[in-house]
Amino acid sequence: MKMGVKSANALRLTVSYIILIAIAVCCLYPAIWVLVSSLRPGTSLFSPTFFPEKFTFVHYKELFTNNRFQYGTWYLNTLKIATLSMIFSTILTTLSMYALSRFRFRGRKSTLTVMLVLGMFPGFMSMIAVFIVLLQLNLLDTHAALILVYSAGSVLGGFIVKGFYDTIPRSLDEAARMDGATHLQVFVKIMLPLSKPMLTYVALTTFTGAWVDFIFARLVLRSKENWTLAVGMWDLVNTSQNSNFTLFAAGAVLIAIPITLLFVFLQRFLVQGLTSGASKG
Amino acid sequence: MNRHRGIAGILSFLFMGLGQLYNRQFIKGLIFIVVEAAALFYFIPNLGKAFWGVITLGEKTQGFQKVGKVMVRVEGDHSIYLLISGLITLLVFAVFLIFYIMNIRDAYVTGKLRDNGGQPAAFKQSWAHLTDKNFPYLMLSLPALGVLFFTIMPIIFMIMLAFTNYASPNHIPPKSLVDWVGFETFTNLLTLKTWSATFFGVLSWTVIWAVIATVTTYFGGMLVALLVESKGVRFKKMWRTIFILPYAIPQLISLLVMRNLFNGQFGPINQYLSYFGLGKLPWLTDPLWAKVTVIIVNMWVGIPVSMVLIMGILTAIPKDLYEAADVDGATGFQKFKIITLPFILFSTAPILITQFAGNINNFNVIFLLTNGDPVNGDYQYAGSTDLLVTWLYKLTLNNSQFNMSAAIGIIIFIIIASISIFSYRRTKSFKEEDMIQ
Repeated sequence: MKMGVKSANALRLTVSYIILIAIAVCCLYPAIWVLVSSLRPGTSLFSPTFFPEKFTFVHYKELFTNNRFQYGTWYLNTLKIATLSMIFSTILTTLSMYALSRFRFRGRKSTLTVMLVLGMFPGFMSMIAVFIVLLQLNLLDTHAALILVYSAGSVLGGFIVKGFYDTIPRSLDEAARMDGATHLQVFVKIMLPLSKPMLTYVALTTFTGAWVDFIFARLVLRSKENWTLAVGMWDLVNTSQNSNFTLFAAGAVLIAIPITLLFVFLQRFLVQGLTSGASKG
Repeated sequence: MNRHRGIAGILSFLFMGLGQLYNRQFIKGLIFIVVEAAALFYFIPNLGKAFWGVITLGEKTQGFQKVGKVMVRVEGDHSIYLLISGLITLLVFAVFLIFYIMNIRDAYVTGKLRDNGGQPAAFKQSWAHLTDKNFPYLMLSLPALGVLFFTIMPIIFMIMLAFTNYASPNHIPPKSLVDWVGFETFTNLLTLKTWSATFFGVLSWTVIWAVIATVTTYFGGMLVALLVESKGVRFKKMWRTIFILPYAIPQLISLLVMRNLFNGQFGPINQYLSYFGLGKLPWLTDPLWAKVTVIIVNMWVGIPVSMVLIMGILTAIPKDLYEAADVDGATGFQKFKIITLPFILFSTAPILITQFAGNINNFNVIFLLTNGDPVNGDYQYAGSTDLLVTWLYKLTLNNSQFNMSAAIGIIIFIIIASISIFSYRRTKSFKEEDMIQ
């Protein structure tokens, strides 16, 4: 009897491990494949073997030296846009969601409802109108336009942040208020240190959002030297997918690496953010 | 005794800030006067034009006029610019009106305070009041302005477009004018055969896609989470990190890579199939296979998120429930069926519905992987795997059917809104039932 349970258990574990390994292979395969492809000599998508006979960094070099791409410039552009949008949207989102979570003021309920309703429209329904507004403000083909739009739009996704502040006990700020702190002081001295996981979550998601957006960026940025990585990548894929696959692979690896590393290292915060937002529904 | 409140109120009604000056709040009064002066300066030339523009959408068509002996092109009205700038002016006017009413109220309240023998607040005090009692308004005003002009205004604009004939080839400014047509766009979409066939085709695929995509990622995620967390499995942290990887890679990259992986001619997937002696599959080029492919790839992208969520819930299940079940001699499967599954389902029901709504609008997977293709000859500007959103995108950016795409946007909104209301009701009933916690 005891042996039966034991061997049944061993069988169960073996099956579990086999499934886990199979899933892990599925998860890792595309990533490893594109990494290997980026190091393969030649340009074609087709390759007789998974690992090439020899590895080469020539595609990475080409990205930065071929003047058909301005990969270096795009990288700097993207870094600038993503960082600035991240800073602005994090500040805007945390401050406004803090206000919505902590204060009971007239119009609070309707603000929350309006936020919910606005979130239900497909995002790029507004694209054309925003485009015309930017045209009239003379902001087309500038990075400021992208930063402005990304930051202005980020507030609507702030429900997770509000849910997070809802969970921090009120007695904390009430005590500080008793001691004569202003609202801003309470926020900076007490709330900010507590909201580190949330700040990381918001900063990370807005940074990635700006890093990979190609829909809006493609619409706004017209001249090649102003492009972001995502736009450049999209262009590369559309113009020469099969003829220059290895180059695409190299570009893809360079775009994905910073984001992937950030995600993996900040996993803990992400998981906290996802689950705390979820339990609030 | 109520002289002051009346006079101050009326003065502020006549011109912003006068009531404040009357109440001896000089700095505040001056600021308000400057605001009104600026407003008058802006609204006098613009407001009438804004109303005219929004109502008529322009009256003069672009044309040629004989000046002397040569024909000269005369610029006509640009209906779309008129509509947008009119909308912006009207919105600014609304913000101004709110401010104006607040100004009257402020003068009245301060006057009342003086009637009752109080002192009107000095500027310093008013400022302190603003940062203290009105702190939330102060914090929200900047984001609210951003949302007003970059989200609300565009949405109103698009809703209005659905009721115009703004579409290629006959009504594209500046060449020609755009007009209000009422519900014609919607009737065309639903009754005109070319449009309605596409609409109902795309709509039904959107619903099928959303159901399958949600169910597969949800139960896939649950399976993976249960496997990793099950008793006896080691290196839990390593497994979790590996499985989270698809979520960590930006979708833009992973989906474009997938597009190459599934390439029918040269892609490695087909290469492996032929290696095992199987034929090549038309992953992205056959209508049915393309649908299968997007669902498979979506599982790869979506399972990690569900996995993370469900892992979080698994740790929240009280251990004593399992202990009690052990005492009663329940088998592993019974424990899963009676404790784990109901617990997960109850706490994730709202997320399930949000994910369903999200999948209806899942632009990235379709657009980056298949771009809506393969082309469907029976459809108007749409391919076999197009969802409503990607169709909307194509109609706007590639085919200039702005009114149609706006109408579709409104329909998507109605679908999502009804799902959300339903979900909200349900979560409320869950909370009232007190099934958990």
